[in-house]
Amino acid sequence: MSEASTLPGYSYADLPGLMALMTGDEKHDLAAESTLDVLWVLYDRILRIRPARASAEPRDRFYLSKGHGPMAYYAILTAKGFIEANELPGYGQFDSVLGRHPDRNLVRGAEISSGSLGHGLPIAVGTALGLRAMGLTRDRVFVLIGDGELDEGSNHEAIAYAGRAGLEALHCVVVDNTSATYGWPGGIQTRFTAEGWSSVRVSGRDHDALEAAFTAAHPGRPHVVIAIV
Amino acid sequence: MRERFSRVATELLDTDPKVAVVLADITADAFEPARQRHPDRVVNLGIREQLLISVASGMALAGMRPIAHTFASFLVERPFEQIKLDLNHQGVGAVLVSSGASYDYSAAGRTHQAPGDVALLGTLPGWTVHVPGHPDEAERMLRAATISPGLVYLRLSALANAAPLAVRRLGFTVLRRGAQATVIAVGPLADVVVDATANMDLNVLYAPTIRPFDRQTLRATLADPVIVLVEPYLAGTSVPEVAAALADLPHRVLGLGVAREELRHYGTPEEHQVAHGLDPASLRERIATFLGSESSSRRGRIPARALA
Repeated sequence: MSEASTLPGYSYADLPGLMALMTGDEKHDLAAESTLDVLWVLYDRILRIRPARASAEPRDRFYLSKGHGPMAYYAILTAKGFIEANELPGYGQFDSVLGRHPDRNLVRGAEISSGSLGHGLPIAVGTALGLRAMGLTRDRVFVLIGDGELDEGSNHEAIAYAGRAGLEALHCVVVDNTSATYGWPGGIQTRFTAEGWSSVRVSGRDHDALEAAFTAAHPGRPHVVIAIV
Repeated sequence: MRERFSRVATELLDTDPKVAVVLADITADAFEPARQRHPDRVVNLGIREQLLISVASGMALAGMRPIAHTFASFLVERPFEQIKLDLNHQGVGAVLVSSGASYDYSAAGRTHQAPGDVALLGTLPGWTVHVPGHPDEAERMLRAATISPGLVYLRLSALANAAPLAVRRLGFTVLRRGAQATVIAVGPLADVVVDATANMDLNVLYAPTIRPFDRQTLRATLADPVIVLVEPYLAGTSVPEVAAALADLPHRVLGLGVAREELRHYGTPEEHQVAHGLDPASLRERIATFLGSESSSRRGRIPARALA
């Protein structure tokens, strides 16, 4: 389904090596990256995005809202041909395009700049509204947030409105590594389902389960995937 | 001006498919007919002002030209980080249209007053800041803003001058020529300034657009390098712009406007204008005092024409 084909020589197994170019850590542990599997499934199986027409339409949008710890993101953008591997070792340096939070004006393939939490989902609501208003009904928006990020009140403005507006084009994945200081009694899902969202809770490491969760039908409603890691 | 805004924006919605109006309940009633015709392009988010700015950003990323509107306090001050990051940092454009200004809602108190909005936007690059003094000017600015891709703030007020005064699309308009000093009257305060400075030997410039700051007209019309700014928001907001424009000249500048201290009074906008010293009598006295302090030390030492 995804149009972002992996470059020759790069597979899922190569991601640790690409991340090591940024960290200098030869034995980078895949499990240390909470977002890696979710991002891989999105770029490998779900998103209709490819470098040759990163700004062309019709296409999907992916907004990385949880912008801190972007090594997995940069590694996957490299594997999918958006950025060059030789840019990775400069990670965080003055002249690098690869900051510790991504800047869409610098990183090819990054569709929003992020770092301050609680911005991606509200922006994605606007894009879903914009696509609908422009009649681009086949385009979809995916946004990745963290469970700790969900503390930010701006998300709850977005969750409530998106549900009432029935934004079917909007897809949110919450990577839940139980980092929210006060947790979410009753479950993260309830914050979305109470507002009319479709929801699925899956392992954030199970690629097939993630793919099924992202492709579940949700007519007339936005969709959230809670990815447990 | 708010009535003119909703009427003209409705017309723009009818004629330009890329225009969207994003609301947070305020003024939603006036846009209801437009919403019925364009349900996907007139979006009322409820009382959600962070979302207001972020939705404008997301719409711009999708290729639209969003106009976001609510009171200035909730449009600029409350979601300021969304303005900084979701608009500026993303590198997308939007039109922000506020109402209420500094003390239109004088009886509502501090919560509904935003004298710091222009100063806040002044910390960010790239903003065009319009402070129209008349509904006709506001209309022209709104029309121009929707066909440009940039960041535009349109600060509407219930207070206005008796007639439109701007003769240029951007930049300052010369209302009167004189030699002793230059007074820059911003937006709705122009009539007050003209009244206050009657029979004084002053340049009076009218500024319905304050960012970008029209350094060229200030320099081209400069007599003595003595400047008085009269702004309908936080006093001194544009003093750094004057300082930058005249960096190579010894100069004096007085920034008049809304006081930084909270005015814990209600009443009418006119009463607030007096309390902030922005009524004609107060302005005349403050300007004359400022010029008087200059006249004893500087007047006549620099030929005015030599500096123009």
